[in-house]
Amino acid sequence: MSDIITYDEKVLIEENGFDDHFHDHHHEDKYKSNFISTYIFSMDHKMIARQFLITGMIWAIIGAAMSIIFRLQLGFPDESLAWLKPLLGKWITINAETGIGSLQPEFYYALVTMHGTIIVFFVLTAGLSGTFSNLLIPLQLGARDMASPFLNMLSYWFFFLASVIMFYSLFLSTGPFSGGWTAYPPLSALPQASIGSGAGMTLWTVSLVLFVVSVLLGGINYITTVLNLRTKGMTFWRMPLTIWAFFVTAILGLLSFPVLASGFFLLMCDRGLGTSFYLSEIFVGGAALDFAGGSPVLYQHLFWFLGHPEVYIIILPAMGLVSEVMAVHARKPIFGYKFMVYSILAIGFLSFIVWAHHMFMSGVNPFISNFFVVFTLIIAVPSAIKVFNWIATLYKGNLRLNTPMLFCIGFVSMFISGGLTGVFLGNSAIDIQMHDTYFVVAHFHIVMGIAAFFGMYAGVYHWYPRMFGRFMNETIGKIHFWATLIGAYAIFWPMHYLGLAGVPRRYYRFDSFDAFSSFSSMNQFITIAAIVVFFAQILMVINFFYSMYYGKKMTTKNPWGASTLEWTTPINAGHGNWDGNLPVVHRWPYDYGKNGQDFIPQIAPMAEGEEDSH
Amino acid sequence: MVFNTSDNSRINPQKFALWSAMASIVMMFAALSSAYIVRQAQGNWLEFQLPSMFYVSTIVILLSSLTLHNSYRSFLAGKEKQYKSLLVATFVLGLGFIVAQYLGWQRLYALGVDLKGNPSGSFIYVITFLHVAHVLGGIACLIVAMFHAFALKFNVTKRRKHRFELVVHYWHFVDLLWVYLLVFLMISK
Ligand code: HEM
Ligand SMILES: [Cu+2]
Repeated sequence: MSDIITYDEKVLIEENGFDDHFHDHHHEDKYKSNFISTYIFSMDHKMIARQFLITGMIWAIIGAAMSIIFRLQLGFPDESLAWLKPLLGKWITINAETGIGSLQPEFYYALVTMHGTIIVFFVLTAGLSGTFSNLLIPLQLGARDMASPFLNMLSYWFFFLASVIMFYSLFLSTGPFSGGWTAYPPLSALPQASIGSGAGMTLWTVSLVLFVVSVLLGGINYITTVLNLRTKGMTFWRMPLTIWAFFVTAILGLLSFPVLASGFFLLMCDRGLGTSFYLSEIFVGGAALDFAGGSPVLYQHLFWFLGHPEVYIIILPAMGLVSEVMAVHARKPIFGYKFMVYSILAIGFLSFIVWAHHMFMSGVNPFISNFFVVFTLIIAVPSAIKVFNWIATLYKGNLRLNTPMLFCIGFVSMFISGGLTGVFLGNSAIDIQMHDTYFVVAHFHIVMGIAAFFGMYAGVYHWYPRMFGRFMNETIGKIHFWATLIGAYAIFWPMHYLGLAGVPRRYYRFDSFDAFSSFSSMNQFITIAAIVVFFAQILMVINFFYSMYYGKKMTTKNPWGASTLEWTTPINAGHGNWDGNLPVVHRWPYDYGKNGQDFIPQIAPMAEGEEDSH
Repeated sequence: MVFNTSDNSRINPQKFALWSAMASIVMMFAALSSAYIVRQAQGNWLEFQLPSMFYVSTIVILLSSLTLHNSYRSFLAGKEKQYKSLLVATFVLGLGFIVAQYLGWQRLYALGVDLKGNPSGSFIYVITFLHVAHVLGGIACLIVAMFHAFALKFNVTKRRKHRFELVVHYWHFVDLLWVYLLVFLMISK
C-alpha cells in the first residue's frame, strides 16, 4: 500500500532553501522590463529557449516542405509540377507543347542540400539543444539563470543572423548552394563549379560561420553553468540525465565546431584567395585552372571530424530528454543511472575517433580504415547499454501512455532500427556496396533524424506546461505520434531495400536507368508516406500554437508528479526563476516508487535512516 | 551581469568561460596542425627555411608576457606607476609582435614563398594570420585594461583584480599558442 504524501514545495523551499540575496542585488535590471527586453532581446533563459524552439520550428517546416518537393520529383518524375510555379518561379520550367512543368535539376540539388543543412544544423542542433539546454540547465540545477545571460542572448541572435542569411540565399537568382550538406570540394571550392557554388556557397559559408559562433557562445555558457552554478546539494551524481547529456553535448560542440571553422577558413582561402588546400589540377571547360597539389580528402577529414561528433551533438540531448521523460511517466527510477552517465561519456569520447567511417570510399588507406572500423563498432556498446536501460526502465513500470511517453518509446524503437544498420555500415568491406546509396539515407534518417525528432517531441509535450503554462491537446498529440511513427517507418524502411539494390542517393530521377526503373512504385509509396507524415507535423504545429492560447491550463506546479527542480518554480516564473529562496537538493532525481511513495522531490530532505538510492 | 547563486563554485564562472573559449581556440589550431601534417604526408611539398624574423617576433611576444606579468604583480603590490608603465610596455610589445609577423610575411614573399603557390607556404600564411587575428583580440583586451588603468582612480579591488586577470590569462595564452605554433613549424619541416 502506498500512503500518499504530498509535498508542499513552497514550504520545503522556504524552510530548507537558502537565501542568495537575490532581491537585494538584482532589483534594477530584473524588474525593469518592457516589451523589447522581455520578448525580443531577452536575457531570460526561459524566453531564449522559446525563441530557439520557435525559430527551429519555422526552419523545420521549411526543411520538411523542401523534402516534399524533391520527393514529388522522385516519386512522380513525369507528373507536372506547374502548380509549384508561383512558389518556385523559374526553377520550374514549363514545356511549351505539353504544358508539363518540371523541376530544374539544379534546383533539385539545391533543395536536397538545403534540406540537409537546415535540418541538421538549424533544427536538430539549434532547435533541439538550444531550446532544452537553455530551458532546463538553470531550472533543473536550481540556478537563477545561465552564467552569462548576455552571452546567452548573443548566442540566439547569432543563430538568428545565420538564419536570415541562409534564408536570403534561397532567393538568389543563381539559387542557394547545391553541393550537398557536407559541402565537399570541388563543388564548394570552385565558384564556377555549379550555379549554386557562387553566391549561394558564399552565403552558406557565412551563415554557418555565424552558426558556429552561436554554438560556441551557447556551449561555453552551458558548461560554465553546469560546473559553477549548481545549487546547494546538487552534486554531479544528483544531476538529472538531461543535464549530463547537455553538458557532454556542449563539450563536444566546443571541441569539434572550431575544427569545422578551420576547415571553412581554408575553404574560403581556396575560393577567394586562390590557394590550393583542397583543389588539385582541375580542368574546367577544357582549360586548366591555376590550382595545384590540393587534396579534397583533407576537407573531408576536417568536415567529418566535426561531422561525426555533430551527429551525437544531435542525439545526446534527445537521449537525455527521453531518459528523463520516461522515468517520470513510467513512475520508476531510470534503470542504471550511473551506466547511463558512463555511456554518455563513452559515446562523447568515442565520437571523436570514428570520423573516417564516412570516408571508407574516399581513398583513405584501408589499413587506417581498420582502426576506424574497430572504434565505430565499439561505439555500438555504450549505445546498446542505453537501449537496454530504457527497456529495463519500461519493464514493469506503471506506464502512463500519454503523448510524451509514446514519443519516448518511439525514440527507442527508432534508435534500435537505425543503430543496427549503423553496424552494417561500420564494416568497411560492406560499406563498399552501401556507401552513397539509399541504405545510408535510411540509416541516418532513422537513427538521427526521426529519433532526434521523437526525443524533441517528447520534450516539447512534456515541458510545454513549464514553457507556456498550458497543456497541449492529448488527442491530437496521439494522432501526431501514431501517424509519425508508422509514416516514418513507411518512408525509410523501403529505402533499405533500395540501397541494398544499389540505388544511389542524390540522383534526380531513376526511371531512365534500367537497373533502378523497377522501383518506381516503391518510390511512389515513399513519397505518399512522406506527404502524410508532413501533414501530421503540421497538425503538431497547429496544436502547439493553438494550445498556447486555448490549451488546458496548468493549475498545479507539478502536474506530472516529477521530482526535479523545474517543477518547484511558480507557474509563471519570472526572470530569476524562484521568488524567494533557492531550493536545496537532498537526493538524486529519480526517487520514484521509493519506500512505497509515488515520488519524492529532490528538495525533500532524507528521512531518518533513509539511504541514497544509488 | 552574472548570476552567481551557489557557494559551491570554486572557480570563477567568467574565468572558466574564458578557459573554455581557449580550449576551442586550441582545437582550431590543432585542426590546422593536423591538416598540415596530413597534407605534408601526401608529398609535393615545398621545403624552405622559416625567415628568422619569426624568431624575433617570438622574443618580442615572450617579453610582452613578462612585462604583463610584472605589471600584474605591481598592481597587486599597489605600485601604481610600475603597473601603468609595464602595461603600456606590454601594449607596445604586442603591437611590435604584429609588426614583426608582418615583416616575416614580407621576408617569406621575398623568398618566393607565395600565398597561392605550394600549400606548404599557404599553410604558414594562414596559420600565422589566424594567430595574429587572435593576438588582435588580445590587443583589444589590453586597450580595455589600459582604459581601466588610466581612466579610473587607482584602487586594488577584487573586481578590478579579477578583470585584469582575465586579460593576463588571455595574453599568456596567445603567447604560448605562438610558441607552440613556432615549434610545430620548426619540427615538422
Ligand atoms: C550504432 C552506431 C553507429 C554506427 C556503427 C554508424 C555507422 C555509420 C557509418 C559507417 C556511416 C557511413 C556510411 C556511408 O556513408 O557509407 C554512417 C553514416 C551516417 N550516420 Fe551513422 N552510425 C551509428 C550511429 C549513428 C547515430 C547515433 C547517428 C546520429 C544521431 C548517425 C548519423 C549518421 C549520419 C548523419 C550519416 C550520414 C552522413 C552523410 O553521408 O550524409 N549514425 N553511420
Ligand atoms: Cu559517423
